[in-house]
Amino acid sequence: MQSTPRSPLARLETMLLIRAYEQQLVALQQNGAPGTCTSVGQEACAVGVVDALDARDRILTNHRSAGHLIARGAAPERLMAEVLGRVDGYCGGRSGSLHISARELGVVLTSTIVGGELSMAPGVALAHKMGRGAPGGIVAVFFGDGAACEGIFHEALNLAVHWALPLLFVCENNQWQAFVHRLETMADPAIGEWARGHGLPVRSVDGNDAEAVHAAATEAVAHIRATGSPYFLELRTYRQRGHYEPDDQAYVDKAELQAWLQRDPIRVQGERLIGAGAIDAPGVAALERQAQERVEAALAFAQASPWPAAETLLDHVYA
Amino acid sequence: MSKTTRMTVEQAIRQALREEMLRDPTVLLMGEGSATKHRDLVGDFGPERVRNTPLAEAIIAGTAVGAAASGLRPVVDLLFAPFMTYAMDALVNSAGKLRYLSGGQFEFPLVAMGLTGSGWCVGAQHNHNLEAMFVHAPGLKVVMPSTPADFKGLLKAAIRDDDPVLFFTDLALLYQEGEVPDADDFVVPIGRAAVARAGGDVTLVGYAKTVGVCLQAAEQLAAHGVAAEVIDLRSLKPLDEETVLRSVRKTGRLVVVHEASGLCGMAAELAALAATKAFSSLRAPVVRLTGPDAPTPSSWMLEQQVVPRPEAVAEAALGLMADQPVRAPGREEDHRMVENAV
Repeated sequence: MQSTPRSPLARLETMLLIRAYEQQLVALQQNGAPGTCTSVGQEACAVGVVDALDARDRILTNHRSAGHLIARGAAPERLMAEVLGRVDGYCGGRSGSLHISARELGVVLTSTIVGGELSMAPGVALAHKMGRGAPGGIVAVFFGDGAACEGIFHEALNLAVHWALPLLFVCENNQWQAFVHRLETMADPAIGEWARGHGLPVRSVDGNDAEAVHAAATEAVAHIRATGSPYFLELRTYRQRGHYEPDDQAYVDKAELQAWLQRDPIRVQGERLIGAGAIDAPGVAALERQAQERVEAALAFAQASPWPAAETLLDHVYA
Repeated sequence: MSKTTRMTVEQAIRQALREEMLRDPTVLLMGEGSATKHRDLVGDFGPERVRNTPLAEAIIAGTAVGAAASGLRPVVDLLFAPFMTYAMDALVNSAGKLRYLSGGQFEFPLVAMGLTGSGWCVGAQHNHNLEAMFVHAPGLKVVMPSTPADFKGLLKAAIRDDDPVLFFTDLALLYQEGEVPDADDFVVPIGRAAVARAGGDVTLVGYAKTVGVCLQAAEQLAAHGVAAEVIDLRSLKPLDEETVLRSVRKTGRLVVVHEASGLCGMAAELAALAATKAFSSLRAPVVRLTGPDAPTPSSWMLEQQVVPRPEAVAEAALGLMADQPVRAPGREEDHRMVENAV
């Protein structure tokens, strides 16, 4: 878990790790492992926001949670073990990729029910407000434009404003709601306006620019800590891969996808750092190799991790 | 014998809430009108712990789940059971599943309360006995008491329980009176049925208002010389199999009575229980008397038809006594008269 400020270079390194991890999941899936929903293309949202949080804070996220978890310091070894259903996973193999929580990291929930994270987040924030969390801690909830079409989105925003809950809403507007482009389902622009309508302060930023996201998130977190009240961030980004693996994306507008690939968040951050002289191209390539090696080690760890014993099937259903 | 006080179910619920809020500062009460209805609790425990909410069941329940995962013990009043369908995602997908999916990292100690049952002529969108739906959801416990003492003792147990508990109040019982123990530590454990009347000839099982129906039927059966044992389930999950089986093994005859519809309901479960674990003791087929597979009507006349009547229960029980000499009729005409009168 990060508690000291991290550099733009560290963010690039984390984005590379997230990317390598998810590409490994995609490869595994092609070999018959359980399916997964990736956040490829949304890594800047994860590192930009999570780097603005500290150890006191809590996170609730959604089915594209790998970035949030890794940015929070989750070990790829234990994530991979969880995805493969092994005992060394954060949840002992019960959650798979779609429901990972990690109490030690302050990650309360990955919800596969779209909007489930919005349903629970106000309660976690209420507990913080009532002194059940670390003093000054806030709650960040990550969701997409699809969840913003759920009724619970409005219920959560309304309650957070009315009860003055220390809650950071982070909408990763990745343009896709499962197999439907968001312009087929909602007005444009809509999400930020909806949040404004509920009385929230709103910032809408380029979600493929890690530094822009980080600056906005830092400001948002400071606002919440100072006022105790919620804040809304809309991060405009793009889901580069399909809804889940495998998905041939035959329904995707190729020109739109290409335009966003040109603005890939890792590329944007790499070019920025090279331009500033913080690193050179071979240096970036070395970081990429390093990430790949880490992920391969994680896979080996996960594959060596035992399956849960069959007789544990009913453990943890009830207290 | 410890001291008791006579009170209504509604008073017993209030007393349980007060005592648990006093006992444990992490208990909070939320709902549409919770603060409005419990001014005394707001006064004693502050507006932070007794909250009115927006009229939005999904976020009320979701907030309870999030708060429960973070160290609080919320009690949410969702008013009427059918409104719980709006809260279903939070209760079923989150509260019931996330302890398991997290590998035990998080727990969800919360109570969701709802009124249900016939008696107020409020129609199917306020009156729907959907308790079996929640029995079918893993990770949830389901409680549905019948006496003021059990309402108090089970609500206190539900609040102290580390699992999510659905607490259903049969609205027809709300103003019924009974003796309730005064002791602060009076708690009725979840998962234990009560023998409301002892008898050796036939077992009548009910919960909520049908416990009273069974007790009336038992009186009628006594006039025929038939000794009925009446079991009040109190908890639907976990289900107290032992108490039911002990009785069925003794009597060999089982009648299960509830107001909820029959298909895949508690009576079906108990019939299966008797068939799988007490088959050799059964002397007659198991009888289920339940509400119909129909929305509940508002009309008082029609609403009454949804609730199994004591006469029908007694008649069903007598029907199971074919292998036993039963005292001469005489009461049968009476019960036909009662039916005609309705």
